[in-house]
Amino acid sequence: MSVPQHDLDALVAQKYRHGFVTDIESDTLPPGLDEDVIRLVSRKKGEPQFMLDWRLRAYRHWLTMHEPDWAHLRSAPIDYQAISYYSAPKKQDGPKSLDEVDPKLLATYEKLGVPLHERARLAGVAVDAVFDSVSVATTFKDKLAKAGVIFCPFSDAVRDHPALVEQYLGSVVPYTDNFFATLNSAVFTDGSFVYVPKGVRCPMELSTYFRINAANTGQFERTLIIADEGSYVSYLEGCTAPMRDENQLHAAVVELVAQADAQIKYSTVQNWYPGDENGIGGIYNFVTKRGDCRGPRSRISWTQVETGSAITWKYPSCVLTGDDSVGEFYSVALANHYQQADTGTKMIHVGRNTRSTIVSKGISAGHGQNTYRGLVKILPSAEGARNHTQCDSLLMGDSCGAHTFPYMEIRNPGAVVEHEATTSKIADDQLFYCRSRGISEEDAVNMIVNGFCKAVFKELPMEFAVEAQNLLSVSLEGAVG
Amino acid sequence: MLSIRDLHARIGDRKILKGLDLEIRAGEVHAIMGPNGSGKSTLASVLAGREGYEVTQGSVEYLGMDLLAMEPEDRARAGVFLAFQYPVEIPGVNNAYLLKAALNAVRRQRGETELDAFEFLAMVRDKMKLMQMDESFLNRGVNEGFSGGEKKRNEILQMAVLEPKLALLDETDSGLDIDALRVVAAGVNSLRAPDRSIVLVTHYQRLLDYIEPDRVHVLSDGRILRSGDKSLAFELEKRGYDWVRQEARVA
Repeated sequence: MSVPQHDLDALVAQKYRHGFVTDIESDTLPPGLDEDVIRLVSRKKGEPQFMLDWRLRAYRHWLTMHEPDWAHLRSAPIDYQAISYYSAPKKQDGPKSLDEVDPKLLATYEKLGVPLHERARLAGVAVDAVFDSVSVATTFKDKLAKAGVIFCPFSDAVRDHPALVEQYLGSVVPYTDNFFATLNSAVFTDGSFVYVPKGVRCPMELSTYFRINAANTGQFERTLIIADEGSYVSYLEGCTAPMRDENQLHAAVVELVAQADAQIKYSTVQNWYPGDENGIGGIYNFVTKRGDCRGPRSRISWTQVETGSAITWKYPSCVLTGDDSVGEFYSVALANHYQQADTGTKMIHVGRNTRSTIVSKGISAGHGQNTYRGLVKILPSAEGARNHTQCDSLLMGDSCGAHTFPYMEIRNPGAVVEHEATTSKIADDQLFYCRSRGISEEDAVNMIVNGFCKAVFKELPMEFAVEAQNLLSVSLEGAVG
Repeated sequence: MLSIRDLHARIGDRKILKGLDLEIRAGEVHAIMGPNGSGKSTLASVLAGREGYEVTQGSVEYLGMDLLAMEPEDRARAGVFLAFQYPVEIPGVNNAYLLKAALNAVRRQRGETELDAFEFLAMVRDKMKLMQMDESFLNRGVNEGFSGGEKKRNEILQMAVLEPKLALLDETDSGLDIDALRVVAAGVNSLRAPDRSIVLVTHYQRLLDYIEPDRVHVLSDGRILRSGDKSLAFELEKRGYDWVRQEARVA
């Protein structure tokens, strides 16, 4: 992919662009969490009994758990009783069409660059827009339905496709999985649901745009994507939030299931509010993402560009169950100012001849701390398994840090596992070389950083690649000089 | 074009240039020769604006401007070009992308329109033929995995594209085999022009067999000890640098 020419000067001059608040009347539960809150959320969403039972089991299990403390992060303790677990814009009782969606919400997404009017979309990307706790609009539903693809808010799926939800929910990330995933299982409010039937190649990119608006709420969305035998789907998610001085919790769960010969490509551009340059405010992004390559020859690719959040703590992973299945993880994580990122992946090789690729690019600037943490696990059954891992860190300035924790558990002697890691500074040499060719220092930094991230950006769908480059240059504002 | 007066420069506490004077007129090719550690590369770096060098005394006037007061990118846009002794690798950044950004930065400064991708490619292809470079170079990372000779050729390609007024070639001949040296020299010779001055910083006389200088200067211990025409280079080749130093001491 060749890099388009942008007006980087203008971009670099910008601060966090998505920090506005939409003034909209919300139906928000008072802060606090107990079984009654869970029953209330479930009732508000008109859920079947199995769903409520599942939530309650998760909640009771959560009460026995402790917040994990192994990550290379420092954070203020979270008071789970101070968070509101449900916030929805009023008057949104399941809009049947975009005409019924509150114009203020449509305007919000327009402002974010996510136009929901189908006629306004050029590229043919179907969007599910999640505002605080609920999905407010899903576009292109009809066109997708013709292809047999189900793409809808999670709440709708619980009502309209309960059998599919009951079969797959928790089958990749069980409700007992970890502290934050268990909390999510108890209180999740919405998210996206995708089912691609056998042999269908999803006719367009699917995307979900997550927006946190209300104060003191947590966003707990849950996404479930099922690609049935021989199908293909590419899914994108984008995230933003207003600028607020307090930290807000975002604890999502994403489950992917790829059956035989199916392929899922999952791309994320995460730009939650990162806090200000002194480290005040920002989103705690504690997310569990896992894909199961359940059938033979299935393939799951995670591509993420993490520029936002005060703290990012996530490890999109692949369980390579099916023989000859393939897992991939491509990541760019940026930690500027006082941001902290502890991210990486887990590749669990179960089936024969399974292959995985990990490419991680960490960029640290300001006082940012960037940690790659990854596990490659080869089980005895994984005859002929192969992994290649490449972890590169780029440091800008001398107050930031880069840390790499690669774990490998190899239980099959025939496995081939390779790990390469580099740490570099944006060398003064490189900057001077560009400047001596007439290129300004800021443009030179952007050029060098984009070059560093190229192996990841080329995995992103085109329009996201451009967005990702823009985000990086905005997020690196003031990082040098 | 360029007038350097009484230039003193140091890195940290180490004094390297100690009162250097040099006058270069438009269209001239000057060779600056000297033993290791004499300050040749420091001179090139100071003129291009590399950080880490402190100018403690003296002045450099370039086309009527105070060169030392300018940022490196402004010097480049004003027509100063440094061909690096050790060209820097920038992984993942497309060679063509860097070159196009550089060219358009220079063109903006000159008040010319920027070239679009097609115009740029047409132009750069011509110049690549001159340097006997394969087009695949354009899509590789800047100097990434290039051999020593390829890097040096790439520097001269950049010079050909950017069309500077003052080109500083810092040991462009080092590490080149004889064939590559011929190609690089032919490239430089084709860029000789009445409005362009070229400074060749070199250790050996052999480069001057291919690029004939108008003036040759011997730099030693931070000062120009002797200047002359190209015959001085031959004399140096025969008698070594010590001869110049001894003569200077006697004088």
